[in-house]
Amino acid sequence: MTEFSFIGTETPRPDAPDKAAGKALYIHDLSRPGMLYGKIKFSECAHARIRDIDTSRAERLPGVRAVITGYNTPEIRIGFIKDNFALKKGKVRQFRDEVAAVAAIDPEIAEEAVDLIRVEYEELPGVFTPEDALREDSPLVHEVDIKGRPKTDNLVPVPWKFVAGDVEKARDKAAYWAEDHFETPLIQQSCMGTAGCIAEFDLQNNLLIHTKTQIPFLAQNDFNGALAAMGLKGKNSRVVVPTLGGSFGTGLDTHGYEYIAILLSFKTGRPVKIVLTREEEFTALSPRQPSKSHIIQGCDADGKLLFRDIRMVLDNGAYTSWGATTPSVMMLPISSLYRVPNVFYETKIVYTNNTYCQAMRGYGNPQAAWPLESNMDQLAETAGMDPYEFRLKNANIPNDISPMGLHITTCGLKECLDTVADKLNWKEKRGKLKGTARGVGMASLFHVGGSGRVYRSDGTGIILKLDDFGNVSVISGGVEMGQGFNAALSLATAEALGVTPDKVTIISGDTATCPWDVGTHASRGAFTSCNAAIMASEKARKKIFELASEHFMPRIRSQMKKRKKKDPDFEVPDLDYERICDPSEFDMRKNMIFLKEEPENILLRLSLGDILRAAHYKEQGTMIVTEAFYDPCNQMIDAKTCHGNLSATYIFGTQGAEVEVDLESGKVKVLKFVAAHDVGQVLSKQAIKGQIYGGVVQGLGYALAEEYKTDRGKNLNPNFLDYKILSAPDIDFPIEIECLETHDIEGPFGAKGVGEPGLVPTAPAIANAVYDAIGVRIKSLPLTPEKILSALAQKE
Amino acid sequence: MKKEIHFVLNGYEVSAEVESHKMLLHVLREQFQLTGTKEGCGQGECGACTVLVDGLNVDSCMYPAFEVDGKSVTTIEGLVGEGNALHPIQRAFVEGGGIQCGFCTPGMIMSTKALLDEKPDPTEEEIKKGISGNLCRCTGYVQIVESIEKASELMKAESMNESD
Repeated sequence: MTEFSFIGTETPRPDAPDKAAGKALYIHDLSRPGMLYGKIKFSECAHARIRDIDTSRAERLPGVRAVITGYNTPEIRIGFIKDNFALKKGKVRQFRDEVAAVAAIDPEIAEEAVDLIRVEYEELPGVFTPEDALREDSPLVHEVDIKGRPKTDNLVPVPWKFVAGDVEKARDKAAYWAEDHFETPLIQQSCMGTAGCIAEFDLQNNLLIHTKTQIPFLAQNDFNGALAAMGLKGKNSRVVVPTLGGSFGTGLDTHGYEYIAILLSFKTGRPVKIVLTREEEFTALSPRQPSKSHIIQGCDADGKLLFRDIRMVLDNGAYTSWGATTPSVMMLPISSLYRVPNVFYETKIVYTNNTYCQAMRGYGNPQAAWPLESNMDQLAETAGMDPYEFRLKNANIPNDISPMGLHITTCGLKECLDTVADKLNWKEKRGKLKGTARGVGMASLFHVGGSGRVYRSDGTGIILKLDDFGNVSVISGGVEMGQGFNAALSLATAEALGVTPDKVTIISGDTATCPWDVGTHASRGAFTSCNAAIMASEKARKKIFELASEHFMPRIRSQMKKRKKKDPDFEVPDLDYERICDPSEFDMRKNMIFLKEEPENILLRLSLGDILRAAHYKEQGTMIVTEAFYDPCNQMIDAKTCHGNLSATYIFGTQGAEVEVDLESGKVKVLKFVAAHDVGQVLSKQAIKGQIYGGVVQGLGYALAEEYKTDRGKNLNPNFLDYKILSAPDIDFPIEIECLETHDIEGPFGAKGVGEPGLVPTAPAIANAVYDAIGVRIKSLPLTPEKILSALAQKE
Repeated sequence: MKKEIHFVLNGYEVSAEVESHKMLLHVLREQFQLTGTKEGCGQGECGACTVLVDGLNVDSCMYPAFEVDGKSVTTIEGLVGEGNALHPIQRAFVEGGGIQCGFCTPGMIMSTKALLDEKPDPTEEEIKKGISGNLCRCTGYVQIVESIEKASELMKAESMNESD
């Protein structure tokens, strides 16, 4: 095994000190000279025709500088199928539809002005459930499609279907099968820092926008499209990302408020800032979409999985964002978690008058893992097998190709299962705690670990710039949003280049100065950027050693002379100062360049800065700036068959819990939680622990507490009192995590992506433990005390 | 209605003319440019805006600015010593991995300060209770609790050094 200097260490995150001191600047903390404050007037109906918008009173309010609507601004289409508009005309389709906006000299005047806008609506019948949306006589959310052709149904034109083998035939052969329905609710990402932006134009009408995004370069593309729609074709957007107060998928798409800030800024000629309030963050951002699944799985008499059949309906809400593409990721566990030869998967996505949905951390995987891993326990029970043994029997193995064409290289699933079973004392406890209302359960995960080719490119760029003092600027297209991107990238660069992490500065989040990147999503940040950093470091080392071959001995001689000058007693050693070294003779570690054959010789060492200065301060000198573009060896999935090796490697994990259910109150108490993840290789120990602990607690919220409630399209709990994310006292049990290192060949130093998986199998692990404890299976999240009491009552 | 208030802010006597409806959070961020104190919800639910008033942790988004007249306010900026020396609690959060996106961090650290000033050696349960009003979406609280345990040790060691 390779000995690392920095990889896998507890080195603190480079962004932590500024954050601890309150010096990190989030969008809330930025301001620009002459800045105005924007505020949006949202719809007061779920589905209605706009009869009239009266903005006259708002316009007359002192301090107001602009009032805009869809009727007095250019039409800007947004979303990946462009079925949404920055400002609505004609009709509103959800409560969060933007009907007007103002810019004013302070936030209070802007708020007052928005309240003065009067909109007259003619209410239309709404569609609030996928079942209603699919009825033949359902009202249409969109009367025409994006090309203006009449629509006859509420289907989103993004169908997903995956077939492998022959599920019908396999059903005939199956000795056991289990079938059920499962549901998941809307979930709000709940970033601590709300979303916002500041848009401004220069005198050439190019846009500068500071905004909370995970996709600066795709956002640049979106905003340039908006500029073209505004009559500014050929003008450019510069996207700058401030420190992000969490993101969890909220920043994967561009949003109405960004385009509205752009329109207001263009109209007023001044910078315009829009920051969402907490209530707006709940009501006007896109949550994780709810799902309804029907699942059947079957196995043979020995417990070998024969088939899996999952049919889902997803509520898209009124417009289409990336939520509609999450089935591409759901397919991964559905086709490939455990070895199953025959698979059928189909998803219908429907328009409703609910809030439109996005991807959240896990990108559909939590909605897939919930039915899949709950049903694995159901099937194990039908087959008379222990669910852990059943999973082991069907576990993925290294060097396998799944029915979807996923090339599984490294795979630690069996070890993860064993670790969780061991830590939970599974053999002593499973099924043996009856009468105590205590039980144990587990569930596993399968996710992309080597990025995912969602777009034609899955690339990322890195530029390394070395200075006179041996400092290294790592200029990256990736985004730190709290996950530890900068920690992993600084350690990987330090390791690969041969410098100490304190010499490394990460510079990112600016489309004008940073190299291109497709976006920080799919747990790809560290995986792709650290690979690019390794490539750029190799180029830099080559240049450094070429310079060393020219300057090494002369610099050593001049150092000796200097020492002699300072200290006449110093004896200049007898070295071969005329020696010409070949570049291949050098190595560099911890900022020092030395000869490979004499690594311990303290006389024959030069600092990196020394070599750089020698290169800069001479006639016809040179500098060291290297770049690399890393694009992983993965494939886009085929548009028709959905087959293809989406990721360069895959990540596995198992989580398990011991729980106790209070039979009086129905409350689930977690006694212990265990998470074992195949991470390839730990890059930053601090960051990876944070990703798993944090993922688990978000997953526990999904399992036990969180639900974005709506009534006829209106959110009922837009605050942290009524939308319950877990707080510190809720975590009154140990969470034990284990990072299994399988050293992936494609990963930087062997690492796989770890950003999302922590929350994927948490909810089914809890539900499976609850079933073991009290013999009732809850099939819709979250597992509230009411659902448990009602299920217990039905059981009796 | 406007009123001039006088208070001690991070060790210095200051005054400000504030309107009656203004909360302490906005006075700190807008009039004193102390943007380290964050607004996460504006309604006292998340704790990102926690500061100390006369040593007690309060949600500054719900604390009328008028009421700090004659009192002492400490914000996250006030914990940083000369030469950018981090306070032991801040150091412990950096070394303990208690920081991810960092938006909850200033409030979390101020609640920790109030806790450790009152209970220098808290139990795990007391720590969790001490930060129960501070929500974090990133960390799952595990490394935050570890950081606070570390902070307690660092502060005890420091006070022993001082008394030597």
